[in-house]
Amino acid sequence: MTVREVAQQAYRESLPVLALSAAGGLFAGVVLGGMDAELERVAGLLVLVPALLATRGNVYGSLGARLGSALHQGLVEPTFSTDDERVNAAVAAALANGVMVSVIAAVLAVALLGVLGRPSAPLATLVAIALLAGLISGVVLTVAVVSVVFVGYRRGLNPDTLAGPVVTTTGDVVGIATLLVATRLVLALGGG
Amino acid sequence: MAATAWTVRGIIRRMLPVLVVLTAIELGSGIVLDTFEGTLLRYPTLLVLVPVTIGMAGNLGSILAARLSTALHLGLLSFDADDDRLLGNAVATIALAVTVFPLVGAGAWLLQTVLGGSRLPFLTVVAVALASGVVLAALAVAVTTVTTYAAYRFELDPDDVVIPVVTNVCDVLGVLVLFGSVRVLVGSA
Repeated sequence: MTVREVAQQAYRESLPVLALSAAGGLFAGVVLGGMDAELERVAGLLVLVPALLATRGNVYGSLGARLGSALHQGLVEPTFSTDDERVNAAVAAALANGVMVSVIAAVLAVALLGVLGRPSAPLATLVAIALLAGLISGVVLTVAVVSVVFVGYRRGLNPDTLAGPVVTTTGDVVGIATLLVATRLVLALGGG
Repeated sequence: MAATAWTVRGIIRRMLPVLVVLTAIELGSGIVLDTFEGTLLRYPTLLVLVPVTIGMAGNLGSILAARLSTALHLGLLSFDADDDRLLGNAVATIALAVTVFPLVGAGAWLLQTVLGGSRLPFLTVVAVALASGVVLAALAVAVTTVTTYAAYRFELDPDDVVIPVVTNVCDVLGVLVLFGSVRVLVGSA
């Protein structure tokens, strides 16, 4: 293959996924753009945004990859039931990882801002926001990933190529939207 | 049952340390965002660009990484500067950025204008997006090639190592490059 052929093939194969994730990212951006009041009120919230978004992608992308491999190996059945121990363990571990890393991110962010001498909302406020956002987005993304991977597999699609784009497009939107919801809840409950 | 490999505790023990390291890296880009929070809050159109720039940078890197890993596994890739596959994929990455980023800029301006009013001219937003995209694509090619080569030299499976490293490094670079383009094209007022 010549350079031109390789480039054309790579371009054609990648453009749809990139366009899809660009659309998802723009919607996430619109939510973030409408969050300026909260960002101004809770100092340090913006510091958490990249870390929380990456965590959603890393944790639930890995959940999708894990379920995809297990389906290929015939270790799990693509049916929705509550008594599949493997699926339950994978989901519980993803939720635990997602929530723990979100809280750790909030603690590290407050510490980092303190060291740099920059303003920061109280530790309890940022931890509460990260915890709530981690929990709500975890539930939403688990449902999304498990549904798409299982339903896709039953229809003969490769779950390995489905999980990535689903997580990259929904992860950012769900991540920012739940961050907004969590921030409003915590502010309404008297935090900040 | 071979449930040993899939216990909750086992999965957490294997993943949590990596996740914490990646989070610490991402907080670095959060601190950069915090540095130009004033500019971002004054021009919410730029705030709209934040998640999509971060996401696209990571995606460009991870798609390239996946393609190079597969080519490496199949024995189709050498790390010569004139390797057709390496060059072709690098060219495609730049071309994808040049295609998608101006549309992202236009989309961000349009959505913000409809929803809240944009205080920046259309062409400025498109220019910020395009400049960020081109620089990011070049950086994504460099980071991915170096990381894939390192995995190959250290005999690690590129599928395990390269994608998480490239995605998260490109995330951080996404914020830095956006910061740079805003500084140059909008100013820090």
